[in-house]
Amino acid sequence: MSVRIENKGDVVTAYLEGELDHHNAKAIREDVDAALDRHSPGLLVLDFREITFMDSSGIGLVMGRYKKLQGTGAQIHITGTSPPIYKVMQIAGLSKLANIDKGGKTLEKTAE
Amino acid sequence: MKKLLNEFKLRMLSRSSNESFARVAAASFIAQLDPTIEELSDIKTAVSEAVTNCIVHAYKEELGTIYIWTRIFEGGTVEIKVRDYGCGIENIAKAMEPLYTTLGGERAGLGFAVMQSFMDKLTVTSAPSKGTCVTMSKKLSLRMGDNAKQG
Repeated sequence: MSVRIENKGDVVTAYLEGELDHHNAKAIREDVDAALDRHSPGLLVLDFREITFMDSSGIGLVMGRYKKLQGTGAQIHITGTSPPIYKVMQIAGLSKLANIDKGGKTLEKTAE
Repeated sequence: MKKLLNEFKLRMLSRSSNESFARVAAASFIAQLDPTIEELSDIKTAVSEAVTNCIVHAYKEELGTIYIWTRIFEGGTVEIKVRDYGCGIENIAKAMEPLYTTLGGERAGLGFAVMQSFMDKLTVTSAPSKGTCVTMSKKLSLRMGDNAKQG
């Protein structure tokens, strides 16, 4: 499991990779939070394209970042979710907290 | 219950690195039924949730043993029991409420909700300081017929 973080203008993008479970979530959270603290972005993009497995720990990751950014006016955008990952997110009603798109096309638009 | 066709039992320490091992073990075993990718993914996710609960709740303060017992029954029903001898659950109904968590912060409180919606049936028995047993089952579509029979 790894995460590559990119900062462009007002946008922090976290490219998540591998299996997102409780065991792996902590390291990702710490990396993403460090980038949020450093850049105070207006938009956080979580890119799930390279995630091969996710359980509710992934929901915790999104909800935790939502809470962290609350009050800053920053938005969360989730992209690249495969059907199984989207299914887990739907249980949590994450679409109320973040914009979710499955294809990942909006990402390029947002990041440029 | 229908005729038992196959089973495996697994005993492991409550280390978080075993979350991945447990769900992959269950998925590999169930592969003999030629499940769809969605069925396989559902079962992996449910096992991951059950095992994570043992690690973060049951054995929160200690390292304990988690027991997984997976059985395949005639007709393609898979039953998975995940058992621990940890702290147990005081109020099962409350613990199963979506978004309820005793851990706050980074846990969504959706473990049971995921198990419930990804499996056909979920039963939880628990007693404080005695431990918890989660039993979940799912009937697979058996696209290729009852493969496990021939093994």
